[in-house]
Amino acid sequence: MPKARISAPPTAKPGEIISIRTLISHPMESGFRRDSSGAQIPRNILTEFVCLYNGRQAFRAELHPAIAANPFLAFHLRADVSGTLEFRWTDQRGEVTTETRDLVVEP
Amino acid sequence: MSTRRDWLAGAAAITGYSLLPMLLPMPLSATPADVQKAMREAFGDSPISTGRVALTLPALAENGNSVRLSVAVDSPMTEEDHVEFVQLFAEANPLPDIARFELNALGGRAEIETRIRLAAEQRVVAVAGMNDGSLWSGSASIVVTIAACLEGLI
Repeated sequence: MPKARISAPPTAKPGEIISIRTLISHPMESGFRRDSSGAQIPRNILTEFVCLYNGRQAFRAELHPAIAANPFLAFHLRADVSGTLEFRWTDQRGEVTTETRDLVVEP
Repeated sequence: MSTRRDWLAGAAAITGYSLLPMLLPMPLSATPADVQKAMREAFGDSPISTGRVALTLPALAENGNSVRLSVAVDSPMTEEDHVEFVQLFAEANPLPDIARFELNALGGRAEIETRIRLAAEQRVVAVAGMNDGSLWSGSASIVVTIAACLEGLI
């Protein structure tokens, strides 16, 4: 199971734009490399990342082999109501890694 | 007992073996024309204006395996006026596509950062699609000292 790290503030003021940074351990094997015997190393990449804010899609990324190993993604959210941030990475076989964070929005 | 001849034959075999991957045809790298084609596939014949998209890359990357990229689009990110997607293309990677980001008014600010692989000195292009259907682009050029995709050969 890939290990994910998320940096998101636990609290925010209504309307505040918060910065979210995510990192997940994954080789993102491009499929273009060859091993020492010349055999092609098969592609093994994460293809999708989604961030849901109380179930609403706030950010989504389609990833290709040009994304570096251990994909890092930073983006923003406008905090409006308290709730849950769900982060979901999907690899090319459809395997999903999920993380959640609570966000408290108060003036 | 091994003779000098055996040793030479063995050395040649080993060298030939290790050189083999270099002699195998690598996938041709994308060209500006491939990027144009990928853009046409993604956006059809819609006109793409230059501007509103700021793509930032270091001028020089010592290692193409992980290059910090940030892209910011000039948009208020409101329900009425926001960025719907940002798509990144590389002109000299084996594949032109890098990533596609989907955004909406929940984001509040159209600014994304990631780390990418670059196979050579090249130009990277970002195209942003707004909710009014307009397309905007920005680009950045970068010099790469150690290319990605090659470490398996060394």
